[in-house]
Amino acid sequence: MSALLSVTGLSVLGPRGRLVEPVDLALDPGETVAIVGESGSGKSMTAKALTGLLPSGVRAAGTMLLGGRELDLAAGETGWRGIRGGGIALLLQDPFTSLSPVHRCGDQIGWGLTGSRRTRSARVATLLAEVGLPERVAGQYPFELSGGMRQRVALAAALAADPQVLIADEPTTALDVTTQKDVLDLIAGLQRSRDMGLILITHDLGVARSRADRILVMYAGRLVEQGSAAAVLDTPGHPYSARLLGCEPPLDRQLTRLASIAGSVPQPYDVGAACAFAPRCMLAVDACVAAAPPLVAIGPGHAAACVRTGEVLDDPVGPTVDGPRPEPVESPETGEVIGATGAVPLLRVADLTRRFHGTETPALDGVSLEVAQGESVAVVGESGSGKTTLARCVVGLEHPDSGSIELAGGADGRAQRVQIVFQDPYSALNPGLTIGTTLRETLRAAGRPAELVEGLLELVGLPAAYARRRPKALSGGERQRVAIARALAVEPDLLVLDESVSALDVSVQAQVLNLLRDLQQRLDLTLLFITHDLAVARQVSQRVYVMRAGRVVEHGPTDAVLARPQQDYTQRLLASVPSAHRTED
Amino acid sequence: MSEGRARPLVAYTLRRLLGAVALLFVLSVVVFSLIYWAPGDIARNLLGNRQVTPESLAAVRRQYHLDQPFVVQYAGWLRAALHGDFGRSIRTGEPVGGLIRDRIGVTAAICGLAFVLSVVGGVAAGIACAVRRGSWLDRILVSGSVLGVSAPAFAVGLLLLYVFAVWLGWFPFYGTGDGLLDGLWHLALPALTLAIGLAAFVVKLTRAAVARELDADYVVFARSRGLGRGAVLRIVLRNAAVPIVTSLGLLLAYLFGGTVLVEVTFALPGAGALMQDAVEFKDFPVVQALTLAVGLIVTLSAVVVDVVYLLVDPRLRGRVSHR
Ligand code: SF4
Repeated sequence: MSALLSVTGLSVLGPRGRLVEPVDLALDPGETVAIVGESGSGKSMTAKALTGLLPSGVRAAGTMLLGGRELDLAAGETGWRGIRGGGIALLLQDPFTSLSPVHRCGDQIGWGLTGSRRTRSARVATLLAEVGLPERVAGQYPFELSGGMRQRVALAAALAADPQVLIADEPTTALDVTTQKDVLDLIAGLQRSRDMGLILITHDLGVARSRADRILVMYAGRLVEQGSAAAVLDTPGHPYSARLLGCEPPLDRQLTRLASIAGSVPQPYDVGAACAFAPRCMLAVDACVAAAPPLVAIGPGHAAACVRTGEVLDDPVGPTVDGPRPEPVESPETGEVIGATGAVPLLRVADLTRRFHGTETPALDGVSLEVAQGESVAVVGESGSGKTTLARCVVGLEHPDSGSIELAGGADGRAQRVQIVFQDPYSALNPGLTIGTTLRETLRAAGRPAELVEGLLELVGLPAAYARRRPKALSGGERQRVAIARALAVEPDLLVLDESVSALDVSVQAQVLNLLRDLQQRLDLTLLFITHDLAVARQVSQRVYVMRAGRVVEHGPTDAVLARPQQDYTQRLLASVPSAHRTED
Repeated sequence: MSEGRARPLVAYTLRRLLGAVALLFVLSVVVFSLIYWAPGDIARNLLGNRQVTPESLAAVRRQYHLDQPFVVQYAGWLRAALHGDFGRSIRTGEPVGGLIRDRIGVTAAICGLAFVLSVVGGVAAGIACAVRRGSWLDRILVSGSVLGVSAPAFAVGLLLLYVFAVWLGWFPFYGTGDGLLDGLWHLALPALTLAIGLAAFVVKLTRAAVARELDADYVVFARSRGLGRGAVLRIVLRNAAVPIVTSLGLLLAYLFGGTVLVEVTFALPGAGALMQDAVEFKDFPVVQALTLAVGLIVTLSAVVVDVVYLLVDPRLRGRVSHR
């Protein structure tokens, strides 16, 4: 069978060197290929190169054969004109920015359509129906729609020219988990009905497993493994794939320790003729740094670029190479303990309400919550659930309309006793100050000696030398560690973590989660985790509150709530999470 | 449906107009009290260089109701002002209303011409810069606009006069000309002088706005769908219009400041020159009337800008109608 799309020697050259090493890729009609990787893997660059939309200063090379037409990937704007739209369409990650905010949705879908006004608007209506939206959406502006609806509008726009191949670049990363499932189902359905090829760019192994026929794993601009979804995820042939899989926090059990990958992804152009994963690989031998390992077949349609592939295949359980396999722990039923002993909670929130000006539904609608000393509690919910408003109220960044927030020992010094770590550590740190200065200032403000900087850095697992660096010189995970160190500098009683690990790659996320659990035990910290990610909640919390539309719909010990959810909504949330691991049924 | 959309718009406009009226009221109080702030005896100041005699002083006091309480004085002044009567010029003795009417035409023409020139030229150049960021054209226009913003208007005016009027002889030195074409010909250099500084500002503004929009995700998305350059640029411009239109309101204030210098440089009998004379001679009624007129124009243009802003930005429209 001849491929719908076949790409040979696709590479991307940036101002400082190669960003993507030559990659070959083939796609059949109706087939889904997922390109999986963490940030810096080159997966998004690959997607952009396939539509000729690389940022300025970045060039592609290679050739592409699409439906019998050949195109040089280095072609200029004119060469791409015939390909884009009708040949290949691109769906971007963020539906909030991929649509023009000042144009009506109908107009946007209709751009590029030909024919009379009447035929165009009929076509727009058909497209809207195809993505499951009512016709009235044509007259609405993007800001009047939810994220999921916007992504549907974008999908309708992408499909307007009937592309043969759709490239979806993290199409659901910005969406809530239940919406994510709907949109992925929709894309899958359209792909089937249109017999379209789909290239799915994702960092989410769960999405890749549940949606893709074949998977390509990229690392530092290199293709390290490819094969059928089952082969790559069940019997990974490359140590990186195996380790990455091991980092995915499971939803169905709590691990004593999450597997993680020490170190960080190198810049593709710094690697040279060696295996890019070598500095982080437990199996590395001299041969690994002597030359770049070629892609070798290890099974039907399954190939990996690792010199020790054969040996790894003998031991398909990836995470074991990182020490003993993480064991599930029986988490103590802390919720019960509190009830039984009647211990005074550290934080007691009662009947909190908050309504924002000009909104129909309240952000908080009578929320009550308790956190005991030394406990770790998660608040999970989708966007609009009120979980972030709750966090901001607890920290004092927001004032509730009514209700009370009590901290054991009185409200004195709440600003200092409750600290928050946000999702984006970069915007939370002053870019002009070194890490050391930031920490010293915080220490001074808390009346503690400045010499503690080194100890703080050590506490969060950073070398003391980092005190002299500025935030820009750190990776995302390192910055988040600094943000945690700064929060700990004032010796808080309660640490609020507002989506603090959501922006991190999974291997880094695992490191930070492990760190937080260590800290909790060592410092007897009390943690309040605000997260949309149920698997994260599972790993870090003893009790969980599930929020929806400003209310707590269900709460209890994390084990019990996630294993035997009582409420429809919690059940639906759980059912929407795609798992990266094989489901044992 | 359109009615449902229009009603909040009308309500918003009315609210803004009410606000403008309140602002103008405050301004009028400030303007009226100007004579009280000036050093020296009010009656003497109001007499100007007329002879100071006990009788003339008494007459002035009576004419301006200086013996009455402030509120009464103000009420009388405001009532007259609302009817277009700002009293008589201290310097010439003519009614202020007529004086300003005679002069305002030239100023309006210069300002209008300068506004059109700077917006048309500045927006076009700004777009060209943004589309070809980093090209030689971009670099020339950007450094030119830095020069244009910082060069003082009178220096630019003198330079233009020297080159185009003295040296090349294409344009007249001074005067306002008769009829439309001749008038345009006479006002071209002054308007150009005023426009250069403005245009430089507009170039920077437009370049920044368009460049920001060009980097937006929706541009990548539109291009990925196969839309041509022209179509993509149209979408970008519609988005860039939001910040550009809002900032154009600022230009008006600058225009009225600049026109004074330009009229003086080109010896044009405009309201700006009148303002300069009036301030120099402490011609209070004229200063009051002119200040109020400028205040009125700036306030009204702010309302217009806000309403236009509402028309070009549907997000804002949504917020307004939800209130
Ligand atoms: S080639 Fe060597 S360093 Fe690279 S993944 Fe394989 S064993 Fe590890």
